Amino acid sequence: MKYCGTAIKYGDNVDTDVIIPARYLNTSDNRELASHCMEDIDPSFVNRVKHGDIMVAGQNFGCGSSREHAPIAIKESGISIVIAASFARIFYRNAINIGLGIVECPEAVNEISEGDVVEADMDNGIIFNKTTGKKYETAPFPEFIQKIIENGGLIQSIADGIVK
Amino acid sequence: MGMTMTQKILAAHAGLDSVCAGQLILANLDMVLGNDITSPVAIREFDRLGIDSVFDKNKITMVMDHFAPNKDIKAAEQCKVCREFCGEYNVQNFFDVGKMGIEHALLPEKGLVVSGDAVIGADSHTCTYGALGAFSTGVGSTDMACAMAVGKAWFKVPSAIKFVLKGKLARFVSGKDVILHIIGKIGVDGALYKSMEFTGEGLSSLSVSDRLCIANMAIEAGAKNGIFEVDNLTLDYVKAHSQRNPVVYSADSDAEYDEVYEINLSEIEPTVAFPHLPENTRTFDQIENVKIDQVVIGSCTNGRLEDLAAAAEILKGRKVADNVRTIIIPATQQIYLEAMKKGLLEIFIESGAVVSTPTCGPCLGGHMGILAKGERAVATTNRNFVGRMGHPQSEVYLASPAVAAASAVTGFITDPRKLMDTNGHGGNL
Ligand code: SF4
Repeated sequence: MKYCGTAIKYGDNVDTDVIIPARYLNTSDNRELASHCMEDIDPSFVNRVKHGDIMVAGQNFGCGSSREHAPIAIKESGISIVIAASFARIFYRNAINIGLGIVECPEAVNEISEGDVVEADMDNGIIFNKTTGKKYETAPFPEFIQKIIENGGLIQSIADGIVK
Repeated sequence: MGMTMTQKILAAHAGLDSVCAGQLILANLDMVLGNDITSPVAIREFDRLGIDSVFDKNKITMVMDHFAPNKDIKAAEQCKVCREFCGEYNVQNFFDVGKMGIEHALLPEKGLVVSGDAVIGADSHTCTYGALGAFSTGVGSTDMACAMAVGKAWFKVPSAIKFVLKGKLARFVSGKDVILHIIGKIGVDGALYKSMEFTGEGLSSLSVSDRLCIANMAIEAGAKNGIFEVDNLTLDYVKAHSQRNPVVYSADSDAEYDEVYEINLSEIEPTVAFPHLPENTRTFDQIENVKIDQVVIGSCTNGRLEDLAAAAEILKGRKVADNVRTIIIPATQQIYLEAMKKGLLEIFIESGAVVSTPTCGPCLGGHMGILAKGERAVATTNRNFVGRMGHPQSEVYLASPAVAAASAVTGFITDPRKLMDTNGHGGNL
């Protein structure tokens, strides 16, 4: 699977409370959650994000609460994949489970700027910054994790018989 | 090679003789937990699986605590989804208004977790039960859905950091100060993906309540779980609350740790985490006048009877400062009742504080004490992220119940030792 999009960049320790503030958790409607994504640190996000854009962030992305609403809101907003220096563990697990692409690559994160056009080749573990022409290698996920993500998440994969 | 305490529990639940850090395992679960926010998403996913029963009606717990008593129509709909699911699948441990308390205070109190258990919860502070010597960790709603179906979850076996405690806490210093001190030291990702294991002779001076508070905030250092060595205090607590038999696992003497820290409890000072990360800790020698608008004493971190008693000791015979809204939330109905019998509620109300029914409420900026733009709160909760208690430009300072109560009295973030003389009376402010 290859993703290509424009980078939207954030710093370290982006927590689930800013990804989707708890005041909006009285719903589990995906669209409604997405309409408040990143609101508290970047009110302009929902208006400028385009389908296929790539979110780039620093260390410990998704720290804090276990709310699955956070990766759901990011995915529903149109983001194709999150590239971070590192992920908080519950977020990491949740992203795979709901089928949001994620990849850890601190070197790429350091050198990608807001607005760069970035390609992430998940099968080969290669991130290519088309704007700067630089390539980065990461460890690709095992095939079964890739399949879960591509198939839209764990439940869909179980339902489809991909994960038994 | 030797195993850590966490590794031993995981091995036993995976039916393996031994496991090592990094290994992927499938473990049987003793309890699966969800709340009114995370369960509706899990139920939606569970329904997509197309099965007609849960794995064990006694091993699922749902607690309506975050936005309950329902704060609005949407919250009411979410609780209704949970209520109907538990009715349909005959889930035994469904805690609705009147029975509910904040989940992580409620489960130990109801004896739903005992030493040696493996527990997952669709709530990040599920790590709290490590205080009782259980492996427990937070997951998301999809994991909860799958676990409700099959009673299992996959884990990557974590490595561990060991904290060897010695000494004894000074007066007006509590478990909250210990964990804030540790997070200040190792950072919000200092234990990322790892276990935090607590051991050492200092344990004996920490109450179960202190231990629950410390394990609760392991997630604030990024940890997968926090866990305490089991001693007689743990066993007495578990036996007083549960019919089930605890199983005691101890770390092997040759277990490997990524790091070992010695913490001298006697040296720990009242500690406050400044906005907007729990690692931004300061002790009172580094705290200038910080004026506050609200105090919240409660949450799964510090809403237990002992916490309320610590606050009451300071508020007794005193008034909260003008313009400081002081909100006190006993974490469970049982705690509420005991606080009433002990006269704590009277002390709070006479001091000018309000006492609320159990709820998460302001802890996550839900209801019952939301901050306006520019306002500051001292809270005994566990997170001070941007917008956590209300407006994105409000601020939360994390502290112990003693610091929170002392701050309520003066209107500024205050060292309780300064407010109270050494006998615990008088005051020199
Ligand atoms: S009290 Fe706060 S941290 Fe604890 S479960 Fe409720 S919202 Fe979460």
